[in-house]
Amino acid sequence: MTTVSSASPGLSKDHADPVTGNRLYGPLPDVQGEAGYETDHPARVGFFTDTSVCIGCKACEVACKEWNTLPMDDSHGTRDAMGLSGMSYDNTGQLGANSWRHVAFIEQSRAVDLPMPVFGRPGDDRQDSGQPVNPISPQADSTLNAQTSVLNAQSLSEFDPQTGQSGSDKQIRWLMSSDVCKHCTHAGCLDVCPTGALFRTEFGTVVVQGDICNGCGYCVPACPYGVIDKREDDGRVFKCTMCYDRLTDGLQPACATACPTQSIQFGDLDELQARADARLATLKGQGVETARLYGRDEADGVGGVGAFFLLLDEPEVYGLPPDPIVTTRDLPSMWKAAATGAAVIVGVVASAFVGRKR
Amino acid sequence: MATGAFAERVLLATGGGGVSEQPTTGDEPAGEAPLTPGAGWHRAGGQDLTRPRRKRRRGGGGGWGSGNREAAMVPEAEFSSYYGRQIIKSPTWKNPEVPLYFFLGGAAGTSSVIGALAEFTGRPTLARNAEYTAGIGALASVVLLIDDLGRPERFLHMLRVFKPTSPLSVGSYILSPFSAFTSAAAGIRLLELQPVLELAAKVLPFLPRLAGAFPALRKASAVGAAAFGGPMATYTAVLIANTAVPSWHAPHDELPFVFAGSAMAAGGGITMALTPVEEAGPSRKVALTGVALELAAIHRVEHGHGIVSEPYHLGKAGKLLRAAKACTVSGAGVTALLGRTRVGGVLGGALLAAGSVMTRMGIFEAGMASAKDPKYTVVPQRERLEARQAEAAARAGTDDPHEARSVVR
Repeated sequence: MTTVSSASPGLSKDHADPVTGNRLYGPLPDVQGEAGYETDHPARVGFFTDTSVCIGCKACEVACKEWNTLPMDDSHGTRDAMGLSGMSYDNTGQLGANSWRHVAFIEQSRAVDLPMPVFGRPGDDRQDSGQPVNPISPQADSTLNAQTSVLNAQSLSEFDPQTGQSGSDKQIRWLMSSDVCKHCTHAGCLDVCPTGALFRTEFGTVVVQGDICNGCGYCVPACPYGVIDKREDDGRVFKCTMCYDRLTDGLQPACATACPTQSIQFGDLDELQARADARLATLKGQGVETARLYGRDEADGVGGVGAFFLLLDEPEVYGLPPDPIVTTRDLPSMWKAAATGAAVIVGVVASAFVGRKR
Repeated sequence: MATGAFAERVLLATGGGGVSEQPTTGDEPAGEAPLTPGAGWHRAGGQDLTRPRRKRRRGGGGGWGSGNREAAMVPEAEFSSYYGRQIIKSPTWKNPEVPLYFFLGGAAGTSSVIGALAEFTGRPTLARNAEYTAGIGALASVVLLIDDLGRPERFLHMLRVFKPTSPLSVGSYILSPFSAFTSAAAGIRLLELQPVLELAAKVLPFLPRLAGAFPALRKASAVGAAAFGGPMATYTAVLIANTAVPSWHAPHDELPFVFAGSAMAAGGGITMALTPVEEAGPSRKVALTGVALELAAIHRVEHGHGIVSEPYHLGKAGKLLRAAKACTVSGAGVTALLGRTRVGGVLGGALLAAGSVMTRMGIFEAGMASAKDPKYTVVPQRERLEARQAEAAARAGTDDPHEARSVVR
């Protein structure tokens, strides 16, 4: 529990996979133990981000920036620049060296099949409203009504400001999701870090040691989620630490503390997983067919993640990869190919020297 | 408006990647949306910005391989993304420093093997030139690699740990002894020149007394360098293949052979260009074999991986790789036909080296392009996922892929 390990699980031969001879991928029940911690290490902790109750307030982003004293940046990660993304209510844009929480925002609409219980169009039930019905185009009036009767909540919810259409055959919804480092079971960043700056904590999280990182940048393209990034003027890489400093003092991470709707839930990972399964069952029971858990499956390409999500649409809609893998999974075959290639070079050169001198 | 528009939206929301419209049976309970996986949701507003409209890309006007014909055969993929933003982060490695490092590492690696063998087969000029090439290439590699660090003063942290899971860690333990041995061999070569020795003796007065041991030390260094020469040339392929960059990771079993071939073409070519024809025979053979290996391997990289092969044909990467092929093929032609003349050797060697540089740059650019476009991340993963779900559904005895779609994952 006192040692700090930058070794990746693949190095531990104790519980090696009988087929592949390594633990480079697949489920890993005791990720801290694999990293070399004694058996008395704390339980693995994580985040369960339930996006069905996220209200997009960005309190998590602010709390994270405050606690970790992250510099300002714009939606493209340019430091000390302030700018609007121009695409939505999301001006953070992405996770990066200066944004360790990122609230995605997506506005969606859908057509609803017409055999629906018809809620009267706004104004329909007001026979004495005083507004003359346009005999040529009643539709124009209903649009006008929907736009003007701003006090009518029903009309607001039915009026689509982008198309100017209103009516009960169309629904609008907002998807909001607070994205964060996934603290993977098999973390690509941790696997490829050549200095040992990235390490597995006793809580099973993955953290960069700022005094070791030499800014080689290898972890940046190694992350299948595009989380970790280099702060250009600093030269080193930065990412979410799951508030390692707070965890060691018995506090929960800043973002989870700030979240007003319990969309971000922090706790022991197995407990969160049980809670997420129950929540998914509840939502399914309520007819939310699009609900699904993301990163919950320990048999996925990264061995399950420490920070997983309940999403209401496909992962890529939120900017998440649909089926991420830790590329280190294929490293044995890559090393084999490289060794063969090296042997080919030596062999070809040696054979070129054989034979007559010329 | 219901059915037609609805079908279109299902396609938009799910990306159409294998998910077909689920026909409405009429059995749905009234007042509820049809139970489709995406439930018909798509991004609101006029233009669907999650699916950026793609211009038909036009390549560099034919030329070698005219890769665009093949690229055009890959159908335009339907997929969803978050406002067209990239999912993975682009590598922060410097361009052209890093591709140049790949080239120098390859050229120096092959040269070191050539140098060691030339030492023991009575080809003193070839040995000298190969050792100088290896030494200069290795030292330049070290400089480029340190320059690429965000904190160059911490370059020694590279040797803090040894991690087989990190190609860069393994590479540091290849590059360090390799550059030490090659620069030792090249340094001793320099000291064997009388003026250099006199100059060095002013700083280190004991050096002339060691002069008798120079040939043995040099040969030992050359052999030591040659031991790391092969890995030096190919580990860089693993370095880029072990990333989430789609166009680098997908061909992870072929890239080491591309790099090996390109390294042989470059190392053979450079030593051939520097050395009189009587001694350069082995370099010519190495270069020609390298070209054959490189062309065969890069053909599989460029054509064997579906949509992820596409960036190798488009834009800057496509231009670089077509130019690389032009240089490599013409360099090989010149070498084969005129290699036994001094002019032919120099010209062929220069063309092969240029081809190798552009191959590395083209591969680097292709990876950068594939990281930037979410298409290359989403589409292959979506296909993989759907294949797996279809398989799971088949196992579960239901032929409805949507059933499997909603399982907890």
